[in-house]
Amino acid sequence: MDKKNQKRTTRNAKQKTASKKAVSTKIKRPAVDTPVEKARLQVNKTYKLYINGKFPRTESARYYNILGADGSMIANMCRASRKDFREAVLAARKAQLSWSNASAYLRGQILYRIAEMLEGRADQFAAELCATGASKSAAAKEVTAAIDCLVYYAGWTDKYQQIFSSVNPVASSHFNFSILEPMGVISVLCAPKSSLLGFISDVAPLIAGGNTLVALASESAPLSAISLAEVLHSSDVPAGVVNILTGYRAELVEQFASHMDVNAVVYNGDDTEEIKLIEEQAAANIKRVIIRRQGAKPGPYQISQAQEVKTTWHPIGN
Amino acid sequence: MSTGEPAHKLNYDTRWEYSPAPESADHARIDEQYGLFIGGKFVAPKSGEYFNTINPATEKVLSRVAAANADDVNNAVKVARGAYENVWSKMRPAERGKYIFRIARIIQERSREFAIIESLDGGKPIREARDIDVPLAAAHFFYHAGWADKLDYAFPCRSPSPVGVVGQIIPWNFPLLMAAWKIAPALACGNTVVLKPAETTSLTALKLAEVIRDADLPKGVVNIVTGDGSTGSALVQHNDINKIAFTGSTDVGRLIQHSLAGTGKKYTLELGGKAANIIFADAPIDQAVEGIINAIFFNQGHVCCAGSRLLVQESVADQVVTKLKERMQTLIIGDPLDKNTDIGAINSAAQLERINSYLELGQNEGAEMFQCTTKTPDFGFWCPPTLFTQVAQSHSIVREEVFGPVLAIQTFRTVDEAISKANNTQYGLSGGVWTDKGSKIFNVGKNIRAGVIWANTFNKFDPTSPFGGYKESGVGREGGLHGLSAYLNLD
Repeated sequence: MDKKNQKRTTRNAKQKTASKKAVSTKIKRPAVDTPVEKARLQVNKTYKLYINGKFPRTESARYYNILGADGSMIANMCRASRKDFREAVLAARKAQLSWSNASAYLRGQILYRIAEMLEGRADQFAAELCATGASKSAAAKEVTAAIDCLVYYAGWTDKYQQIFSSVNPVASSHFNFSILEPMGVISVLCAPKSSLLGFISDVAPLIAGGNTLVALASESAPLSAISLAEVLHSSDVPAGVVNILTGYRAELVEQFASHMDVNAVVYNGDDTEEIKLIEEQAAANIKRVIIRRQGAKPGPYQISQAQEVKTTWHPIGN
Repeated sequence: MSTGEPAHKLNYDTRWEYSPAPESADHARIDEQYGLFIGGKFVAPKSGEYFNTINPATEKVLSRVAAANADDVNNAVKVARGAYENVWSKMRPAERGKYIFRIARIIQERSREFAIIESLDGGKPIREARDIDVPLAAAHFFYHAGWADKLDYAFPCRSPSPVGVVGQIIPWNFPLLMAAWKIAPALACGNTVVLKPAETTSLTALKLAEVIRDADLPKGVVNIVTGDGSTGSALVQHNDINKIAFTGSTDVGRLIQHSLAGTGKKYTLELGGKAANIIFADAPIDQAVEGIINAIFFNQGHVCCAGSRLLVQESVADQVVTKLKERMQTLIIGDPLDKNTDIGAINSAAQLERINSYLELGQNEGAEMFQCTTKTPDFGFWCPPTLFTQVAQSHSIVREEVFGPVLAIQTFRTVDEAISKANNTQYGLSGGVWTDKGSKIFNVGKNIRAGVIWANTFNKFDPTSPFGGYKESGVGREGGLHGLSAYLNLD
């Protein structure tokens, strides 16, 4: 480990000029030429999971490395286990009723609050994106787009119902109406390359619609998702509404699709083998499978695709 | 707990007996043998095989129906593909709609014939076939016809286009209605169809084929292939199908969902149910008793959304059960063609066997069984209306779909207990709430995880009203605006 650290520090020093304006406390490391008496060792962040409003390590105590664009080691990520996933589903189920019963107004305010908190930490997120290879301008653009995406869906929470619900003119003497209700607990496989904007586009429409979820962050770019957990945590998002795991997609994808207490699985990507596996496993409990291809347009249909339609009848009479 | 006689006893006890009032069956024309309806005409099956379809009330053979094999299915899909590419997808939507309106009108014109055959072939009371199945089937065509040229308004900011060729597999409980329920939206959205009716109830679908032919619908737009499960399986597995619409059991639905994995085919599944019908103490009890009867004994309980679990608030449980038993004793069981009949024949020997095995299981598991004492006919398949008390949540008759006239009764004390018991099932198709308190209806209705909630009513259907389940009761909706998206690609 010592050897590795040394290597990291040296490489970092070489990089220093290139990324000297990076803001994140995590990424910027002390230069070796600082006089020893003045040097301050940076405090690095431990990236953990986000389950039930807490930041546990994986129960399996396994890890995998996230490397920067230059090949340097950025972090040891938690390699979540199936048991972590089951714990997260429990948390999402526990949070489901109160979140789906929260008023649309409140859900909107909480989504907006996430945007506010993210805006305040824009620099940190940009730096994280830079560390994993994004150019500075691309990183800044992604962060602002992510914030705006949250504001966009914050505004949808109390409107989509009006667009998609209906009063149905039945022929008999009944009042009959159909409304949308959240599907419930959703497992989300984030796009392989999605980082901040991808993660938020995946998740925001689901929670805007009152679902609770367990998301598996992109395996190769999980930093933003886990850092976002800190933002969610300080935005009045109730514990368990969003749970985030990091780890190997290949060893978790089947569980995400087959768990009997998950109502729907959202798959972001276009790997036909994975899609087949997910669709097969989902049949165990007639789970809804939502496949989102890359470049799906944001909009209320992203919310409605994870909703059930409930129709209520009542006689008209005395 | 209150005991003894209910405060207000409904007086069913009159000196009047109902005289027989059988509907004459001679108006219905049933051929001795039916081929497959492919490319606008009836053709002999390549399989060369036929099977008998019988009247479950008499066990007499009504007709012989072709058994389509994979070759036949392939042929039907090819024809449907041709009709899609060359005719139906190119037709102006308004003209498409006019064909569908025509079908609706012809069904209305031939309503009596349809009602009789539906009753003969499936065993359901003529009163239900006449007043519900057939008019609703016509209504489904009439409603969807109008959508054909208005689809852009249904999905703002999207451009809807047809899916292509759809395969549809329907059950035996509402043979004509399910065919209409499936075909009408498919056609309105610009798709062509290969439909497989249920093995025991093919006749009204084949009569519908006559209507479709008489309406001059372009050849091959609707094709009907009869057969058993293997025919359905060939349809599901056909490579050139773009969408499968299935109504049937959850077990088969699961297999279909699994086998469609990775194919990119769209699907909608309307599967089983175990609906809770919740009676609160403040409900209008006499109306609720009628509602319970309708919820579970409508169509001999062969209804996926049947209220097969009765949850009744403890303070009125004795009263409700007493009244229910009294009312059950007045139900008229017998000749489905008799206009007074309330309870017809069980659809098939196999289904009767399944129901009877649950009756045995229910008693073995410790529940107390009550059955109508009315004598049932000597021939045919019959099950007297049945209820079970003293049942526990773990009992099979509470957890599993019986699909027959069998009601399991449980009690509860609080609203929350009722909701939690109602939701304690893998199903989520429908639910009933009986109370005079509006706020309670909205609370309970909101918290039951099911696609259809009937409040102070039960088993009501309409083409404008979306229908479909939560959880293991299925995927997608049929009917209404929400049902259209199942038959469209939306970009």
